[in-house]
Amino acid sequence: MSTTTTARSAPTAVSRRGDAVFAGLATGAGLLIMLALAGVAIFLIIEGVPAISASGEQAYGKDNIVLYVWPLLFGTLLAAVIALLIATPLAIGVALVISHYAPRRVARPLGYLIDLLAAVPSVVYGLWGRAVLAPAILPAYAWLADHLGWLPFFDGPARTGRTILTAAIVLAVMALPIITAICREVFLQTPRIHEEAALALGATRWEMIRMTVFPYARSGVISAVMLGLGRALGETMAVAMVLSASGIITIDLISAENPSTIAANIALNFGNASGTKINVLIFSGLVLFVVSFAVNFLGRWIAARGQVKA
Amino acid sequence: MSLIDERPVAATPAPAAMALVAPQIPAYAPLLAAVLATGLAALAGLLLGWSLVAVVLTAWALLVVGLPAWSAAIEGERRAKDRLVTTVVWSTFALAMVPLASLVWEVVANGHAVISAEFLTYDMRGVLGAGGGIYHALMGTLVITALATAISVPIGVLAAIYLIEYGKGNRLARTITFLVDVMTGIPSIVAGLFAFAVFTLIFGPGVRLGIGGAVALSVLMIPIVVRATEEMLKLVPEELREAAYALGVPKWRTIVKVVLPTALGGIVTGVTLAIARVAGETAPLLIIVGTTTTLNLNPFDGRMATLPVFIFSSVTTGGKYDAEQTARAWGAALVLVAIVMTLNLLARAVGRAFSPRTGR
Repeated sequence: MSTTTTARSAPTAVSRRGDAVFAGLATGAGLLIMLALAGVAIFLIIEGVPAISASGEQAYGKDNIVLYVWPLLFGTLLAAVIALLIATPLAIGVALVISHYAPRRVARPLGYLIDLLAAVPSVVYGLWGRAVLAPAILPAYAWLADHLGWLPFFDGPARTGRTILTAAIVLAVMALPIITAICREVFLQTPRIHEEAALALGATRWEMIRMTVFPYARSGVISAVMLGLGRALGETMAVAMVLSASGIITIDLISAENPSTIAANIALNFGNASGTKINVLIFSGLVLFVVSFAVNFLGRWIAARGQVKA
Repeated sequence: MSLIDERPVAATPAPAAMALVAPQIPAYAPLLAAVLATGLAALAGLLLGWSLVAVVLTAWALLVVGLPAWSAAIEGERRAKDRLVTTVVWSTFALAMVPLASLVWEVVANGHAVISAEFLTYDMRGVLGAGGGIYHALMGTLVITALATAISVPIGVLAAIYLIEYGKGNRLARTITFLVDVMTGIPSIVAGLFAFAVFTLIFGPGVRLGIGGAVALSVLMIPIVVRATEEMLKLVPEELREAAYALGVPKWRTIVKVVLPTALGGIVTGVTLAIARVAGETAPLLIIVGTTTTLNLNPFDGRMATLPVFIFSSVTTGGKYDAEQTARAWGAALVLVAIVMTLNLLARAVGRAFSPRTGR
């Protein structure tokens, strides 16, 4: 491309051609992204639509597609919500330790460590949940069934560790580093001067955090939780490996009969599926796509609204 | 909590006027309380024959009640609340670290025994019980991840260039930014279904191809690359661009020769992190690539094995050789974690090495 220096007589024309090509490439890449996302929706719809009329054998023995997808959607939401109930307080605690409690010398490596843990592949979490956590937690379930069995959640009987609660705990462990990372960033963005003002007025550290950090970080924390929820909803492998599912609807968290989740159900059945069953599974994937899209959208919307306010 | 007796020493008798310093419990109080609580719980545990979990829970309960009570008696209610929250916050931290530490420990402890020269250089052809290796899965992961990178990086970087250098907040750029946000939230299995649907329409039903996995991973990877590149391009000082324009350099050469080199370190870091992220993805590969027991290096011809799917299928197959399969899964998990961690550390190192260029 030495033309730009040699062609003195008409530099504008030459540079314009290079510019046009490059601008075209960049715009094309942008358009390709739009196309790709539209493609995801369109292709899923094309392949998912035949499932709407599926019934009987084609819909895995259910009368229609709604009866098949609804228990899976229930399991997906149940596991994700429990996971978030566990992960959110822990993540806020860990983020507070890193941002405000630990000495700076310790805090930096800790934050670093959390970032590394966020990178551990989900299949490894699944392996850990199946081979380590499930056997280890069974005595706790037995205890819960014995002592808190009057609660519908802990009805039992506790015969296996591979329950929806174990799956939710694994999901919580996975979501924890992600939520922590976002919360930590938000906590650290609290204006220093607000914190110092609170401390100067004699506030204890907790009062300072409650009065300056939390109000400032509220929308950020909520959007972090929503993003974690989106991640937990779509997580496949950990649930597929941990849960021994039977596809029923129950709020008993520790029995051997567990609702499955959409993503795990696809992963476990896709290899053996054929014909309309594939369309049924793709349709359930479409439902998952819509739900996690809604959750992510809500999270970003809350985050954006918070930014404007701050 | 008999230590309350220390109080007369701490509270200096201030004559008439109020004391300048409120009475405080000593700085070593939390440590002392923790030791006391642990000791008491251990003693009770030994006498009553409790399990370790029960002892730890009791010690924690004693600490959470005891330290604030001690503080409340001397320092007043507000300080006591502060100490309670401090204890709880550090407890959440400790609790969160338990599973994470256990995970790392189990992967290393179970995995290192399996790793051997044979494990890394043999595939699983004809292997049922012990023996065999992950060479085919390792190569499959490398091929598919490399392909996904080759697809994602040009598209991602160019799209980010459009967003920052050309679009600058027009409607198309805003739409793309929004869509990239949406794409970051796509469940990985949906990306796999997308690739499956596309390749089914092209090649007919039941298709399994390595390139399909690369396409699915690209859907997950492009938004990460766009985000990282965008952030880095934003950091390039406007003066550099203006200086280049002032010298008569066309816009595209300004971008290629001035803007991109300045942001290169950050972009490389972002791309490496994105690679690390998708290298461990399982679900899309399970859908569109499947798995196999033999080495297949051609992504356009049939099933390929990959490390994550190898782990999944080893564990879930079950049957007579479950123990051997699980052992191999741990070994593969260790290799996979090692790859991902190395990529992460590499990304940080690159980011640090290049950071002075952006820090102007």
